[in-house]
Amino acid sequence: MRRNWRSASLFAYSGAILAFLYLPLVILALYSFNASRINAVWSGFTLDWYNSLFHNRRVIEALINSLVIASISTLVSTVLGTTAAIALNRYQYKYKAVINGLLYLPILIPEIVMGLSLLVLFSQASLPLGKTTLILAHITFCVSFVVITVGARLEGMRHDLEEAASDLYATPWQTFRYITFPLALPGIIAGALIAFTLSIDDFIISFFVAGPNSTTLPLYIYAMVKRGISPEINALSTLMMCATISLVIIAQILQPQHTSKKND
Amino acid sequence: MKQKSGKYLVFPTIIWLSFFFIIPLLIVIAVSFASRTPYGQVIFNFQLGNYARFLEPLYLRIFIDTIFVAVVTTVLTFVMGYPLAYTIAKLPKKWQQPGLILVMAPFWINFLIRSYAWVIILRTQGVLNTILLKLGLIQQPLALLYNDAAVLLGMVYALLPFMVLPIYVAIEQLDTRLLEAASDLGAKPFTAFRKITLPLTMPGVAAGSILVFISSLGMFVVPDVMGGAKSALVGNLIQNQFLSARDWPFGSALSIILAILSLVLIILYYKVLQAKEGGASDAQKLA
Repeated sequence: MRRNWRSASLFAYSGAILAFLYLPLVILALYSFNASRINAVWSGFTLDWYNSLFHNRRVIEALINSLVIASISTLVSTVLGTTAAIALNRYQYKYKAVINGLLYLPILIPEIVMGLSLLVLFSQASLPLGKTTLILAHITFCVSFVVITVGARLEGMRHDLEEAASDLYATPWQTFRYITFPLALPGIIAGALIAFTLSIDDFIISFFVAGPNSTTLPLYIYAMVKRGISPEINALSTLMMCATISLVIIAQILQPQHTSKKND
Repeated sequence: MKQKSGKYLVFPTIIWLSFFFIIPLLIVIAVSFASRTPYGQVIFNFQLGNYARFLEPLYLRIFIDTIFVAVVTTVLTFVMGYPLAYTIAKLPKKWQQPGLILVMAPFWINFLIRSYAWVIILRTQGVLNTILLKLGLIQQPLALLYNDAAVLLGMVYALLPFMVLPIYVAIEQLDTRLLEAASDLGAKPFTAFRKITLPLTMPGVAAGSILVFISSLGMFVVPDVMGGAKSALVGNLIQNQFLSARDWPFGSALSIILAILSLVLIILYYKVLQAKEGGASDAQKLA
């Protein structure tokens, strides 16, 4: 009896913490449909704020900027990351530890340090801040995530099909094209989705390297938040949350299911 | 008959990261020893003044505040995260993955939007004050936002998933036979938890703590959006040096201190993970 009581209270506690995680996001989304502009009293359902977003030229511009930057960064970082992951999976390197360090450091270092160091680089190189600098920065922080995601997929793959292919006189390119690539594809797509999500969602690094005409959606939200509260911020944030969560869930489904026994 | 040239496929990424990650860091190190003109131009003349300035009481105070906030955030995320991780790890196998996704999903939404969600709730005319006023529990709206407590709340909210994941991995990998043995020997469930589960999952706790601690050290979005004029942390100080004060050498010195502190903690983190093999790859995957 006491045991049941204990696990019930543990469940309740965990439920409360999950509520703590989600309630603010739910409230944020809910108030994007509230008719009142200024206060938190519910005064009826409306889609006005979404409507005004879609007619706001600056929001559309920011959306286009975000999509262009995310698409190019995703493309480049996926190609770079996938080739690196395949090479690392297949060959032995003398300085493997150094290479791994180089790949993990961008993830582990505080984002603010990466953002300002890129700002310093671009200013020393006299490169004007704008879409180009944003794309260069986004590729830089995405590429490690792609290497790790694709690498995880490759690690879980068996090599017998590749060996069979080369036994049957397939050229290395044919083996890659017809065996390795199709097998690794879910991992590559997952890596690309993560890169896209990171890029679309990035605020901190973009904050340092964006120019006056390259406002992305998160930067636009920041500018709005600094000016004050408005239901349009809720609407825009809600749309971004939905996009982010969908992308991450798709990426999760595509990723191999790692069981903790993998290393045994 | 493996094609050797494939080995060079790793080079483009290495070159890219050297150019856009390593070189920028080296320039920041150089700038941290430089001076600036009154107009904010950087002049490269080697000096240690920027690091010395960090020891001035005003800046030291911010640094101590930052460490304090990071410590409290770590403790609070542990108190909240451990039971949550435990519950998920004890769910039936097929519910564990969805449970974990549920905890990790908010982590992918950026700090800015998540901090803003709290602004809506806590501001003077916000959701919470409106409800409390309606219920007649308060007569005047409370000042819930733009203070240190709000920053702490925002930090815990932002970083909780970082704590849950490594602890989950540690609990999930725990050899349940040890618990059965304890129970066979007459240990009460709580005693078994205290003497077996908790000590054996400490590496997970340490890993989670380091992740939370490092992330809160560099945080500037949460204090920027939810904090008051006096709740600036090191992240805000650095941001200010680069964007308003235009004192890049001082900002660089501060960020080098921040980076070194973070890297030392990361090395500690790997030592912890090595001490407990296994969970490492899973923890890294999602971190």
